[in-house]
Amino acid sequence: MQNEKAKSAAITKKTHEPFIYITKRNDLPRLKAWGIRAAVLLIAMLFCALLVMLLTGENPINVFSSMVEGSFGTSRKMWNLLQSAAILLGISLAVTPAFKMRFWNTGAEGQVLIGMLASVACMFYIGDAIPSWLLIVIMFFASVIAGAVWAGIPGFFKATWNTNETLFTLMMNYVAMQLVSFFIMIWVPSGSMILGVVNADSQNGWFPSIAGQKYLLNVLIVALITVIVYVYLKKTKQGYEIAVVGESENTARYIGINVKKVILRTVLISGALCGVMGWILAAGTAHSITANSVGGNGFTAIMISWMSKFNPLVMVFSSLLVCFLQRGAGEIASTLRLNSSVGEVLTGVIILFIISSEFFINYKVNFRHKKHKEEVK
Amino acid sequence: MSVLSSIMAFIAAAIIQGTPLLFGATGEIITEKSGNLNLGIPGIMYIGGISGIIGGYLYEHFCAEPIPVLCVIISLLASLAGSTFIAFIYSFLTITLKANQNVVGLALTTLGVGLGNFYGGSLLKMFGESGSISLLVTGNAYKTKIPFLSDHLGIVGETFFSFGFLVYLSIFIALFAQWFLNRTRVGLNLRAVGENPATADAAGINVSKYKYLATCIGGAIAGLGGLYFVMDYTTGAWTNNGFGDRGWLAIAIVIFALWKPRSAIFSSYVFGGLYIACIFIPGLSGSTKELIKMLPYLVTIIVLVFTSSRKKKEHQPPAALGRSYFREER
Repeated sequence: MQNEKAKSAAITKKTHEPFIYITKRNDLPRLKAWGIRAAVLLIAMLFCALLVMLLTGENPINVFSSMVEGSFGTSRKMWNLLQSAAILLGISLAVTPAFKMRFWNTGAEGQVLIGMLASVACMFYIGDAIPSWLLIVIMFFASVIAGAVWAGIPGFFKATWNTNETLFTLMMNYVAMQLVSFFIMIWVPSGSMILGVVNADSQNGWFPSIAGQKYLLNVLIVALITVIVYVYLKKTKQGYEIAVVGESENTARYIGINVKKVILRTVLISGALCGVMGWILAAGTAHSITANSVGGNGFTAIMISWMSKFNPLVMVFSSLLVCFLQRGAGEIASTLRLNSSVGEVLTGVIILFIISSEFFINYKVNFRHKKHKEEVK
Repeated sequence: MSVLSSIMAFIAAAIIQGTPLLFGATGEIITEKSGNLNLGIPGIMYIGGISGIIGGYLYEHFCAEPIPVLCVIISLLASLAGSTFIAFIYSFLTITLKANQNVVGLALTTLGVGLGNFYGGSLLKMFGESGSISLLVTGNAYKTKIPFLSDHLGIVGETFFSFGFLVYLSIFIALFAQWFLNRTRVGLNLRAVGENPATADAAGINVSKYKYLATCIGGAIAGLGGLYFVMDYTTGAWTNNGFGDRGWLAIAIVIFALWKPRSAIFSSYVFGGLYIACIFIPGLSGSTKELIKMLPYLVTIIVLVFTSSRKKKEHQPPAALGRSYFREER
């Protein structure tokens, strides 16, 4: 260590030393790291408040209170918030195992959609033939298989030929969307491209309301998935293998992990979880499908997973925050008669802020004059 | 004759559809050659479009007698400035702050599409007008045809010389990029940065500078695709989400063209053709049309799998694509 210091001092004497240089650090205490993140989140919120103020000329406190009103105002609004947060959280959890392994699955959108398509197809074709509970079970397995296949195809090629998975999964999204449009065309003979609510009368294949709340079951299932994913990633051997492969494939090989197997298995799990979310969307939320049913959640989930550092518990908070922003922005948009895209803008800004905060956690910025002082000492 | 004229109409339509894709693909190729996988391209293309609209609108709105040439220049500059700015944010976050490229790109796409739709939906309200944006003077200025060639060459002139100047600009930029990347020292350096930044750094190439410039210039070029769409294709009108998923299609073309701008020209027109093929083929059922729309993506996937299995060196993505470069990490 000292030797190195002497070396670098010798070099600096001869060469030009940059004003700023960056070093990696691994020693930042966890609490401090989360402190930085919280501070950045606060700055991001202030920035957003400023942005909204500039756009609308409204007092930011009014804006914020109308956002709260839009998200928590009535119990119906609150349930809507909870259910959209649950969907976003579920998809974020689904992409996390693959992500942690550095498998850049940008195809959650398509995997959820194809799972949803499988469920809706079951509802459409065998909806009236069997009792509702059996139908829901069949839908579950159909969705899980569909999602796993949709992720497994790119996963297989990644494991065999190292095919670029980011681009592959991205393309699979649009294949899934066109497939949905294709089936809607077949199912709706009029060509209106709108598949109404499936089994509207019999409610076959719909999640039952619990305690009078139709979205409660959705939220409960996602809560269960949160716990399972948390335990799987943190407490099991497979979770550990994922972490090792993600850190370094060579290390994984060296300690005897079958990298190809781990990649395939994790991607299949990831896709299957996406399929489960498709099942929830079909049976619990929409009871129908359009090519746009996932609505960009597959992409937002990637950002949620990343900004939560793959921690399922943090994801609960992050997805609530993002859904609050989107719903709240929708509310400002309607009360101030703005465009509802404000929500996307605010989400984008906040995520960019949080992503950039990682730099200050992982790296240390050193200035030249500081070092001189150290040398004097 | 009617078959010929409908084929010619199809070709012209494919070129019109392909032009935004070509701008996007060329921009993304230049960006990816520096090792940056910019998934923000769809957002940047929205920004390029809306910035041009804002520039054109401000000029048309505050000028009693707008001069068409100035309309074009102002909106063009506004578009370039807007998309370069977003590409700069991407560069700053991924190059200087070393953030994850996929995540930053996706966030920028969310932001860009959101900003585009936001301004597109509320620009007029901000100036106390109602209705939807329609910049006829600027739009028609962009649509100006080549004077002699377009009307004196019969069907050939109608098919190949009746576009606005941006169509020819896109071809020129792609050819120029091809020459630049393969035939100049700077282009060679840029490719070195994308293949192996550590080696390039050791050879004395300023990696950060190359990455910044390539990403910003690539973003500016991609933004022109959005500009072409709003100004020429829709004649100065904005519809929310009107640009659709063309940005992702542009990224698909980069793969299909195997990271070569010259091949991107033809690929863009093929993809543009596939995008609208279902309108031109008579007697298709609705469901078959949807399957045909799937083709561009399926073809891209096949190309992706095929090139990765062949492992031919010149057909691979830049080796360091998607990874941030940190000098002290070896």
